[in-house]
Amino acid sequence: MSLSHAFFAIIRRDLVLALRRRSEIANPLLFFILVITLFPLGIGAQPHLLQAIAPGIIWVSALLAAMLSLDSLFRSDFDDGSLEQILLSSHPASILVLGKIIAHWLVTGLPLLIVAPLLAIFLGMPTHSLGILLLTLLLGTPVLSLIGAIGVALTVGLRRGGMILSLLVLPLYVPVLIFASNAVEIAGTGLPVDAQINILISILFMSLVLAPWPTAAALKMSIN
Amino acid sequence: MTAKPTFRLQGTDLSCIRDDRILFEGLSFELVSGQVLLLEGKNGSGKTSLLRILCGFREPDAGQVLWCGEAIDDSQYYADMAYVGHLDGVKKELTVLENLKVSLALGQSGQYSIQQALSKVHLTDYDEVLVQALSAGQKRRLSLARLLITKNSVWILDEPFTSLDKQGIALIEILMSEHCASGGMIVLTSHHDIELHDVAVQRINLS
Repeated sequence: MSLSHAFFAIIRRDLVLALRRRSEIANPLLFFILVITLFPLGIGAQPHLLQAIAPGIIWVSALLAAMLSLDSLFRSDFDDGSLEQILLSSHPASILVLGKIIAHWLVTGLPLLIVAPLLAIFLGMPTHSLGILLLTLLLGTPVLSLIGAIGVALTVGLRRGGMILSLLVLPLYVPVLIFASNAVEIAGTGLPVDAQINILISILFMSLVLAPWPTAAALKMSIN
Repeated sequence: MTAKPTFRLQGTDLSCIRDDRILFEGLSFELVSGQVLLLEGKNGSGKTSLLRILCGFREPDAGQVLWCGEAIDDSQYYADMAYVGHLDGVKKELTVLENLKVSLALGQSGQYSIQQALSKVHLTDYDEVLVQALSAGQKRRLSLARLLITKNSVWILDEPFTSLDKQGIALIEILMSEHCASGGMIVLTSHHDIELHDVAVQRINLS
């Protein structure tokens, strides 16, 4: 079968699997919603403060939700031997791995985009910055999945890789966090945010091209 | 017999060291189409490590694995081999059919269609059943069905008879003989003594 056939077969397989174990979709999403709804309770009746820190809250929560979902990316395939079969395929492993990452983003990243506007209104964010918030999430969350995949691939063979995974991956998430939350904040004041958006676009394309290779290589090391 | 393409799998001077312990060294073999290589040895003697070296998962600590004279990473080897390991490599939340379709998409279509392969391993009518509902032996037969639907000439099997009953073992032996008769080759580890008709079996004892 052709490479594109294999690529879409992997995506379809992972989507069907996610649908059959729904907790995988629900967990990060629930975490995202819970963290954001807890902030107003913790801060109290200070709507201005809340409004000011809303972009940061949403982005930090999205980042932690992405971290939480990372382990499921290769875990079950590693445990049941499917990963060996994927890597033994005569197709380039990096492309197949990219298929897995895309499926993972569709399952864990995309739902965040859908609830984010609601939560933003809930935090009192000005409505004219909602579009920019969605745009940054659309550009930023795939980067979280792509960069995270390298970290998971390196740690999937370890029994307690969780801590190392956060240490590996979080520093690499920082640029996305800075530019994305900054863009949303500036958009709230009505100033142009083209620069931040362009940087996010370039980060997305760079990780789209560069992340699958080290991920595939790290997976080969992990199944050793 | 008609002329079939012959393939050659060679290991030259292979050695494997694990945790400062030499599992084997200076191991060489040559396998051509139609032959079976049976690895014997007690537990922990490096049978699985050798198989994983032949799969390219592990680098040998010395020596080289060659496919038709070329190093396996530079050759068409991966398009020609299939591996069934300790782990079945099937997803338990997917149906039998869905699992085989994914395997087919990852490889090239082979000798048999999915339905033919299922009837070969006696799993006809199980195609819509979730794999988690299958018994251990049925799962094993399913992972062996994967060998039939994809195009390959080398089978690398790690304890293929685990959890199979007598009929299952006989069935797999028939499939293995057929594979060798049609120009394939097999490397396997097994605690059972295998009975194959008209097939040259080489044995390597790793201990």
